[in-house]
Amino acid sequence: MLRALCQKMFGRSLWVYHANSGGCNGCDIEVLNVLTPYYDAERFGIRLVGSPRHADVMLCQGPAMRSTAKALRRAYDAMPAPKLVFAIGSCACGGGIWHDTYSVLGPVEKILPVNFYIPGCPPRPEAILYGVAVALGLVDKKVAPVKFKQLELPIPRYHPEALSGEGELVVYEKLEKV
Amino acid sequence: MSILSKIREAWVGIHAGRVTLPYPAQPRPVAANFRGRPIFDPAKCIGCGGCASNCPAREILVLDVCQELRILKYLGRRCTFCGRCADVCPEKAITMSHDFETATPAISDLQQQIELFMSTCQRCGRCFTEPTPLEKLKLSGYRFDDLANERWVFRSKSFLEGAPPVEDLPLELD
Repeated sequence: MLRALCQKMFGRSLWVYHANSGGCNGCDIEVLNVLTPYYDAERFGIRLVGSPRHADVMLCQGPAMRSTAKALRRAYDAMPAPKLVFAIGSCACGGGIWHDTYSVLGPVEKILPVNFYIPGCPPRPEAILYGVAVALGLVDKKVAPVKFKQLELPIPRYHPEALSGEGELVVYEKLEKV
Repeated sequence: MSILSKIREAWVGIHAGRVTLPYPAQPRPVAANFRGRPIFDPAKCIGCGGCASNCPAREILVLDVCQELRILKYLGRRCTFCGRCADVCPEKAITMSHDFETATPAISDLQQQIELFMSTCQRCGRCFTEPTPLEKLKLSGYRFDDLANERWVFRSKSFLEGAPPVEDLPLELD
């Protein structure tokens, strides 16, 4: 009940600050797309604010770069205490294609703790909306790690020691069919 | 005049209808040629590592544990969904799915790992090497990417360290 009450009270309180630390602007456009009436993230109480001091959530786009890492960290520190960070796009999640360039430090989780990842290059507006819904607990996450291990060799092996017989008659005992 | 224009605006607003998509409640299909998350089919994969050599984000890692065991690991975190891995795959083991709802609180949820047996020449036990030195630059021998730290290692050899290459078959000549 308390949880429901809290959710009702804080229903309109997820104010997001939109921080680009050196991305290509693709994810920014998709984020702005999410805020349009067509996708309408304000249904979930998401509001864009202009200053990190007003924000609860930081939307990070672009990798952590040498030139902007300090500024991004300062913006994160300026946010009031219960704060979330969303990494939007493959640059913010994993460093992007140029993750090993001299000017790119890597994913944004190298300088801030990231709570939610939305991969994609850029992610569709629906994917961002889905990430918001996952963060709010409206839907469940769909992905899980996959691990596959082969337990036996899929093709028969040739064992020269299994050859037996003498003269012209040589028998291969371990004949396996493919 | 201003009252008239406001009435007109209200009229337009009443007749505009609802444009907002009911998205997370109802699924939203994508276009047929949409490229989402690549799905690796371990039953078809032969472990050639062509996807790893062609990935522009270098996020498919290959680790050769021994001569006959190869681990392919797809990280999924900096994938741009370009589809080059699916294009280059000779067995069509990689399909670009329509799956875009990949938001997750832990980035390791996107990983796919395949552990495959690799076969060598069944007569001599050796691997097939590239014929020219230029083709050896394509990083197609044994590879030792760092799976724990998820790093690509720029090193490739036609033999494993520690394990000497198999000796030639002893031939008995008259």
